[in-house]
Order: sequence, then C-alpha cells, then structure tokens
Amino acid sequence: MNTPSRTLAAAAAALIAAFVAFPAHSQGVVNVYSYRQPFLITPMFEAFTRETGIKVNVVHAKKGLIERLEQEGANSPADLIVTADIGRLTDAVQAGVTQAVTNATLEANIPAQYRDPEHHWFGLTSRARIIVASKDRVAPGAISSYEDLADPKWKGRVCTRSGKHAYMVALTAAMIAHHGEAKAHEWLRGLKANLARRPQGNDRAQVKAIMEGVCDVAVINHYYMGNMMNDKNQAAWAASVNIVFPNQQTYGTHMNVSGIALTKSAPNKDNAIKLMVFLSGDRAQQLYAEQNFEYPVKPGVPWSALLQSFGAYKADDLGLGEVAKHRKTASKLADKVAFDT
Amino acid sequence: MSLVKFRINPWMTATLLVALVVALPIVSIPWLALFPRENIWPHLASTVLPGYVLTTLALMLGVSFGVLTMGVTSAWLVTMCRFPARRVFEWAQLLPMAVPAYVVAYVYTDLLEYAGPVQSALRLVFGWQSAADYWFPEIRSLPGAIAMMSIVLYPYVYLLSRAAFLEQSVGLLDASRILGCGPWATFFRVSLPMARPSIAAGAALALMETLNDIGTVDFFAVQTLTLGIYDVWLNMGNIGGAAQIAMVMLLFVAALLTIERQSRRRHRHYQISGRLKELPAHRLRGARAGLAFVACLMPVAAGFVIPAIVLVSYSIRYFDESWTPDFLRYALNSLTLSSGAALAAVCVALVLAYGRRVAGGKLIGAAVNFASFGYAVPGAVLAIGVIIPFASFDNAVDAFMRDRLGISTGLLLSGTVFALLFAYVVRFLAIALGSADSSLAKVTPAMDMAARTLAHGPLATFFKVHLPLIRGGVLIGVLVVFVDCMKELPATLILRPFNFDTLATYVYQFASDELIEKASLGALGIVLAGLIPVVVLSRVITATRETQTV
Repeated sequence: MNTPSRTLAAAAAALIAAFVAFPAHSQGVVNVYSYRQPFLITPMFEAFTRETGIKVNVVHAKKGLIERLEQEGANSPADLIVTADIGRLTDAVQAGVTQAVTNATLEANIPAQYRDPEHHWFGLTSRARIIVASKDRVAPGAISSYEDLADPKWKGRVCTRSGKHAYMVALTAAMIAHHGEAKAHEWLRGLKANLARRPQGNDRAQVKAIMEGVCDVAVINHYYMGNMMNDKNQAAWAASVNIVFPNQQTYGTHMNVSGIALTKSAPNKDNAIKLMVFLSGDRAQQLYAEQNFEYPVKPGVPWSALLQSFGAYKADDLGLGEVAKHRKTASKLADKVAFDT
Repeated sequence: MSLVKFRINPWMTATLLVALVVALPIVSIPWLALFPRENIWPHLASTVLPGYVLTTLALMLGVSFGVLTMGVTSAWLVTMCRFPARRVFEWAQLLPMAVPAYVVAYVYTDLLEYAGPVQSALRLVFGWQSAADYWFPEIRSLPGAIAMMSIVLYPYVYLLSRAAFLEQSVGLLDASRILGCGPWATFFRVSLPMARPSIAAGAALALMETLNDIGTVDFFAVQTLTLGIYDVWLNMGNIGGAAQIAMVMLLFVAALLTIERQSRRRHRHYQISGRLKELPAHRLRGARAGLAFVACLMPVAAGFVIPAIVLVSYSIRYFDESWTPDFLRYALNSLTLSSGAALAAVCVALVLAYGRRVAGGKLIGAAVNFASFGYAVPGAVLAIGVIIPFASFDNAVDAFMRDRLGISTGLLLSGTVFALLFAYVVRFLAIALGSADSSLAKVTPAMDMAARTLAHGPLATFFKVHLPLIRGGVLIGVLVVFVDCMKELPATLILRPFNFDTLATYVYQFASDELIEKASLGALGIVLAGLIPVVVLSRVITATRETQTV
C-alpha cells in the first residue's frame, strides 16, 4: 500500500468511526425525543442534571419522532417522548411505542384528568384556551363562551390560527365531546363564517391582528399573553386586549396539556422515571410556570405573579383522553367547513 | 437452441446498484402508502384535495413565470450586453440563492405587515388610523408565496441559462447576424432555442424546490399539496394517507422531469466548434443601459440586499443573545455536513450519469431517473423514507449478531450523522445529476469513440477525457448541493443524532415561533456560508470562458 492510499484508508476508518453511533445507553444518561421547543424545556433538563448528575440527551423535532421510534423498534435509544399537546401523546400510545408507568409520586402529583387511566401518558403542564377581546371595541362581558364565537353578531370580527392546528383541533374535539358531532360541525361553520380573514399565523399573530384593527376577538392559548407582556416589542399587542376565560357558567375553559411518556424500549428506564418524577415535582412545576407561564398540573404549586393576575377560573374537567378520541373527526370537520381556505 | 451468452456488464451493475440504494427511501413511500391507518381518500377528495391540487398548480405556474422572466432576462443581459455594473451583476445574480425561502418570507412579512415599517410610514403620511382605512396587498397569500419563491429561486434559471449562453458558439451567432437577424431576432430564433434545455432544467429545479417548500406555504397558509401531506400525517395521525398524497406529488415531478428530458431530447446540440472567443457584446447606452441596469438590480435587491439588510440589523440588535459558544459549533456542523454531502452526491451522480452514458439502455435510464425523485419528496416524508430501510437494516444486523454471536449491535446507522448524510444525497441527487448529465451531454460521443479507439477502457476514458472537460459543470453541482444542504431543515430535524444542531435547525427554533429577530444571526450565517460557493461559482463561470478564449 503506498502512502496516499494508506492515508486515505486511515481517513476512511476515522470517518466510519465518527459516523457509527456509540451506544447512548451508558451509565447516567436519559435520552429524550422532544416535540417541545428546546428553549422551553432545556432549563428543566439542566436543573435535573444539576440535581442528579444524570445527563439528558435530546433530539428536538416538531414531527416524525414517533415514526422514528416506531422504526427503530426494540433497539431505539430513546427513553422518553415529550410533547406539546395531547394529540401527539395519544398518537405515541396508539403507535404502540410507549409503556405504562405505575409510580405513586407521579399519581400524587398529577390530577386524574391530566393523565392516562392506563398509565401510559402524563400531563406536565396545562394551558387554557382563552378568548381575547379588544379593549377598545368589545364591551366587557360581550363575549363569554366558545359558543358565542359562532354567533352571527361577530361576523367579520373573529381571528384564529389554522383550524387544522393541534390547539384548534383539540378545541373542536372538546366541542364534539360536549355537544356531539352535528352541533360541533354547525359551531365550526358558524365560527368560520365569522372570521375576519383567512386563518394564518400563530396565536400571538391573532392578538397582533386585534391591535391592528383587523378583528375584535380571537382564541389563543393563555401563556402567549405572558410571553407577549414580557417582550418589549409585543407588550403593546397584549395591552390592547382583555382576557376572557370562556364558559365559566357552563363546563369551564378548554384545557390542553404538554406531557411525557416512557418508551416501550427505554434502555435507561430508571433514569427516565426519575426525570418524569422530577418534572412533575414542585421545583420543575414552578419553573414551568415562571418561564413559560403555563399552569402547573400539580395542585398547590404556587402560580407565578402573572398567572395570579389572570385570576382563578373554572377549567373544563373533561378527560383529555376524551378530547384525543375526537381529534380525527375534529380535523375532518375543519376540512368540511373549509376552515382554512 | 444455443445458450444465450450472459455477460455481466460492470458499468451496468454498478449503476443499477447505486441507483437502487439511493432509491430505497423513495420506494419506502409507496410502501407506506399501501398501508394507511385509515382510507382517507374519500374524505380528502370530497373536501380539500381539489383545492390543494389547484393551489399547487397556480403556485407552480406563478413561480415558473417569475423565475423564467427574471432568470433568462438577467442572464441574457449580463452575457450579451454591456452596461454599467454588468460585471457586478454577473455574480450578484447568484446571491439570492443563498437565502432560504422561509427566511425571505419571514423578513418580508416583518417589513410589509400592518405593524411593519412600510405600512406604518404610509399611515403616517396619509393619516390613516387603522387597517379598515386603506387597502394594502396581503403578503401572506398565494401571490405573496409566488413572489417569495421567485426571488430566491430564479438564480437556478439564471445559472444554467447563463452557462448555456456563454457556451454558444460565436459562429452560430455570427451566422444569424449575417443572415439578417437583428439582436432581438438572434435572441429569440437562435440563442433562446439553443439554450432551452438548460433553461428548462433550471426551471424544473426551481419548481421542484417550490413543490417541496413547507416553510413558506405553512407561514403564509397557502394550501398546497405539501401542506396537505403534513396535515394528514400530523393532525390525522395517518402517515399512509400522507404518503398517498406524496404519490400525487410525485406525478407532478414525473411530469416536470419528462418535460425537461423531452426538451433536451429534441434539441441535441454538441459543441463541435471550440471557438469560444469573446461573445459579441451589445453596448447599451442611455435609457437602454438604465433599463438593463434596473432589470438586473431589482431581483438582486429583492432576493438578497433587502433581506440581508434586515437580517444584519436584527443580528446587531440581538447579538449578545445570539452569539453563544454553541453558535460556532452549529456553524461547523452545518459546514462539514453540507460539504460532505455535496461531495458524496456528486460522486454518486457521476457514477449514475456516466454509467447511463456507457451502459445505456432503457432500464438504466429509468433507474437513474427514479433515483433522482428524492428532490421532490417533502423533506420530512423523505426522512421517514430513510428511517425505514436504515432501521430495518440495523435491526436485522442486530438480530443476526444476537442469534449467531450473542452480542447486540444495537442501531449502527440510524440516528447517526451517516443517516443524515445519506438523506441529503438522496434529497439533492437530482441537482448533482442534472449538472453531471448536462455537462456530459456536451461532450460529443465522438470523443468517447476516439478514446476507445486509442484502447482506453470506459474508466480510463472517464478520468482522462470526460472529467477534465466537465470539471466546471460538476463543480457547479457540488456548490449548489452544498448551499441546499446548508438550508435543509425538515429531514435534519427528524434524522439528527442526540444534541445535534445545525444553523438551519437553530434558526428554525426561533423562526417557527415568529421570533425572526432572534433567528437573524443564524440566518445570516446560512446566507454567508451560501456566499462562498456563489463567489467561487461566478469566478469559475467567467474563468472557463476566459481561459478558453486565450
């Protein structure tokens, strides 16, 4: 072998060594596939590592991780799957890539409606789907329920994000659970007829549109208000609206969760359960509330000052499993009323 | 009855094998389509599918118009005319290529929306109070998406048509002038038809990028097939149904590729004459020079200068938040991964293109064409297509090793950088193949025959004859693939190893939450890295001509 080809061979060997995965199931790690954005959960993971010395490895993506887990099968390095809504959690369970966890602390920390009766998924934070209304153009009390959004008196005055987005689909699914498919269909058609513009942008963009005078009311997740109030450019948007917790006289405000599930193949099961317990504990729950203004699921964990300023409210106690069940139907309803076009 | 003598042709075997491996992820998609969790077709066909198809067609039509007008006009002007700043425009036309479409979309929304500087200034000047007082075009719309994609994708057409114009023999143009054609007639009757294969190839690339885009259409809420794929997959939990829509999209791509190949087949020109001396230049003066200047300035300004200014100003304002030690690591990841993928893609492309040339045959042709379909599959769907064969391979090896040796090898390839690299090659092979094919096509078969007469085998012929001749074209392929890899997002997100980020994933983290300010430094990084090949590229194109004219 002459020198250049030997160098080439060495380079090739190095390259192969670099590419071949070294096992991620060594001591003291836990591997997470996360649908949640890094900046929201990294602080919690860092706190966990400081406390336990267990390193948290993460892959973040907004799609495809369940499929990756499914294909990797029994050899998958992933221990936990973290999601930003109930839909993705139940998808993982249905794909058969999760396993049940029976842990007394988890059950004590997380109220029953925010976890799977079969112990596969656990909610970690909850978020309220609230209505925001223009301070200038909507009298306080003029709108008080999701049903009102479909009332013809709001024609041309409502903004929402895409009807196919997980948060909107979950709300529609809750409407199906409460009123049945036919009524929910009618409601969604009414809401669509009231829209001021084609659904676009995220929840923040709807508040911005109210400030700009494009519309007068919108439906958003509550924590976006906190995020906007704390951003120098966006504080003005938040200041232009009043917050309404819908359906206080009836079944309460629609809630969703961000959550976690243990994978079926979890190579670091003990560490993974430690992390689950940590995330449901006081410290992490409080961090969630302070950083992203989400409601802690654990009862008794103090709310951040901002959450307190929103006031107490009646949350819908409809089980999230029930919401998840109607998701596909809800998504199809959005197609049927041509919500996004 | 005599035995048919069966000889294995090494080129044919190699070409087929490579094509097969690259095609694996693409084959996985029809496979997925066969097993949907629920038959979603009746629902889709009766509700949203017709809309998806029409919107996609309208988008493609709009973008073709945009990229052809801007790309061909600027290529013709800088190649055949002389006017102020022409030399700058020659390379500057490539700049928008470095900017990902989703970034321009964010930047222009920021500028043109209600609270943006443009509308704010208008309100101040005219004393309007709210959105109800005046009309302003809505950027988040189909026309908006067409505009965004056109201004960053036209360089594909520019690049290929300019190369074609440059390569046109002076003799032909002279002949046309002698036969009484003016500059316009020469353009429409000689140059344009001769450049048509290249122009069509450029437009096909731009359209495939268009089909694939998810960032822009998602942000602008334009209901294309790609958006539909993601919807069925993510909201209805039905990846099989999503794969079925992806199949509809593949029909679009097949149509595009056929058009491109047809236009090439009917116009087979080999550069016989080596007379590549300085092209006759039309010296423009006065208003005409001004018009040419503006025509070249507008696309560059829209696709590069304005977005760059916005990104730079945000980067400065948010520098402390963005400039972290991690940032350099992400940049390094992007650079190494993209250059590796670009080289690999071009090597694969050369094997396929040359294999097709020497081994020929319908089978090879079809296999090679099929292998390049990856370009049109939405990145996230392709990522799933990569995971399937990789994971099956890993798990099969693991099972075998457990069975025979009692050791577990776990996942060897899945979740590694190699899987990512492979995905990039599959995804961008069409570009590398396009450049390899079109460069090879210009080498007259007489050369091959001459070399073979001189007792060189196909391999020696390739290294001694073809490679030196097609170097320039192949380099273009490497660079375009590099830039595309730097921008690649959806497949990277899904396939990457633990704790691994690239500039694109870093940008996306913020941009997806509509926090473009914080993403700016990363976006600027992608643009800057994209500039390196753009500079090299422009030098190469000019240099090829200059050295040959000596």
